[in-house]
Amino acid sequence: MQAQHEETALIQVRNMKKYYQAKKGLNKLKSGNTYVKAVDGVSFDLRKGETYALVGESGCGKSTTGRTLLRLHDATEGEAIYNGKDLFKLSNKEMNKVRKDMQMVFQDPYSSLNPRKRIGNILEEPLNIHNIGNKSERTDIVMEVMSKVGLQVDHYYRFPHEFSGGQRQRIGLARALVVDPKVIICDEPVSALDVSIQSQVINLLQSLQRDLGLTYLFISHDISVVRHISDRIGVMYLGNLVEEGYTDDVIENPKHPYTKALLSSVPLPDPNIQRERVILQGDIPSPLNPPSGCVFHTRCPFAMDVCKTTVPQSLNLAGNHTVRCHLHDEGITTEEKKVVNA
Amino acid sequence: MSTTSLSNIRKELKKEQRSLLFKRFLSNKLLLTGSFIMLFVVGVALIGPFFLSYTPYQMVVENRLSPPSAEHLLGTDNFGRDLFSRVVYGAQISLGVGLAVAVITSVVGLVIGLLASYYKTLDHILMRICDGLMAIPGILFAIALMAALGPQTQNVIIALSIVFTPHIARVVRSKALSIREETYVEAMRAQGASPLRIIFLHIAPNTISPLVVQATFIFADSIITEAALSFLGAGVPTPDPSWGNILYDGKLVIFNAWWMTVFPGIMIILAVIGLNFVGDGLRDMIDPHTKPRSKKKRVNLFRFNSQKARG
Repeated sequence: MQAQHEETALIQVRNMKKYYQAKKGLNKLKSGNTYVKAVDGVSFDLRKGETYALVGESGCGKSTTGRTLLRLHDATEGEAIYNGKDLFKLSNKEMNKVRKDMQMVFQDPYSSLNPRKRIGNILEEPLNIHNIGNKSERTDIVMEVMSKVGLQVDHYYRFPHEFSGGQRQRIGLARALVVDPKVIICDEPVSALDVSIQSQVINLLQSLQRDLGLTYLFISHDISVVRHISDRIGVMYLGNLVEEGYTDDVIENPKHPYTKALLSSVPLPDPNIQRERVILQGDIPSPLNPPSGCVFHTRCPFAMDVCKTTVPQSLNLAGNHTVRCHLHDEGITTEEKKVVNA
Repeated sequence: MSTTSLSNIRKELKKEQRSLLFKRFLSNKLLLTGSFIMLFVVGVALIGPFFLSYTPYQMVVENRLSPPSAEHLLGTDNFGRDLFSRVVYGAQISLGVGLAVAVITSVVGLVIGLLASYYKTLDHILMRICDGLMAIPGILFAIALMAALGPQTQNVIIALSIVFTPHIARVVRSKALSIREETYVEAMRAQGASPLRIIFLHIAPNTISPLVVQATFIFADSIITEAALSFLGAGVPTPDPSWGNILYDGKLVIFNAWWMTVFPGIMIILAVIGLNFVGDGLRDMIDPHTKPRSKKKRVNLFRFNSQKARG
């Protein structure tokens, strides 16, 4: 499956940072770190036609990454190259043209649809904004997309409250599809749905990808969903991308201790399987004051002295698998690899 | 996908949705009662004039202060004018003033509230102005304005609109502040919609329901305030009748002619209760999450929120 994809990057994200100012008003006068480092230097490629999944626990910055890419928040630093242009440097007008190619599906299907608008109006709104077609052409486009995502004609005049969560998520997906985008950023599109509906929506996402040649940036915390849908995975921890690689590689053979812990937390349906559980100590540190060196060293079972001082660089392993961990750095001697935390 | 089938579906669905709405209206006793009271009051104002045998200005001095009789249904006032026709025409003026104030404050308050909710700098400026206006006692402010502008019906409307606009603006702003954080607004921003488009096409429709509820209360409040202004002699100028200035005339002769105070008073009470019922009923109907209030609590409805408006 992986080999079929063109290896050309559609969007190249380089060193993206998003800091939020944490102190306001007079508190600014106080000394100390005043920024929440939600995303702290993330780089990845979104290849044409693939599904790239960002996974990680709550608050690790995966949603912020997606939103910043769409410029719903302004990036603090870094660049995102799309069609030879840096998205973060475009004027609003130019960016609006790009928005036609980049759409977003939101997590909560209940709050992502305007309760006062009929489905038809909700779906036609993107076309109005981007000035596509006239009134009747817009209706035709909307009808076509509605049938693609499995909605019926008579849903056109219904209100959002008349739909179930799964149907609403289809509507949210249809809203992203009406402008014929190239990239869809799916921000936990199925986490608000129950499991049977999740699979329907995921299968729909996959069939749409096949038919329309879409590229997904799939943000999720659910490893089993990600394993099913994605081609490549990026694992995020505290605003950093700690491991990246093809889905099968990362899941079968995780390199980073955090990824191992994350994977071992996924429940297996077979009670007879015995496996090693990696249980992390402590809580995720505050992004207001992230740990020095490797951000994971405070909870890492294999933490070494070097981890506390030096930020690990991303290391290329075999098969396009990259990891940011000193354990895999051959430049570090075995002597230095003495485990401290254990 | 033929357009005819689509328009058929549309018609059917709209019919279905309308009948659902009608059912909810019928099951809402508060709204139903309020609507009937308002229907009566508005009916008096609009249909009443056709049954009048006297104009409200026609003076028959020898007949002055005659009690209710077959000839003068509600009696006559201190100039011998037919009280019934004065109350009917007074209804037109009082309701007219109330409606005009409600509409003007709604429109202006909506725009101010929406802009304030979306632009932070503007918010500070507009809300401080509103705070200032709300800090002045409404009636005093209106009297001062009337003194400056002269006692005319339009000026009553202008004065009351200025007094009540901040109330609407506040309600709209607070609702809009919560709406702008909703995901569907963010979705529109992700589509590249302009701020004005987001404000007026996506946020505004969601603020309408609290706005309408507030506007009915403003309607009621401005009827009371107009009556109070006229009672103080700073409202609708004589000889035009309004419920307030009939009361004003009646106060001098209250021991000789009770009818001059009672009938316009009843009309004011009916109109205000009716509007408050409609307002509360609308709130229950629009927001299905609030449970209908228990009967015990409904007694509170009789405390008009006029105190609030005056304060």
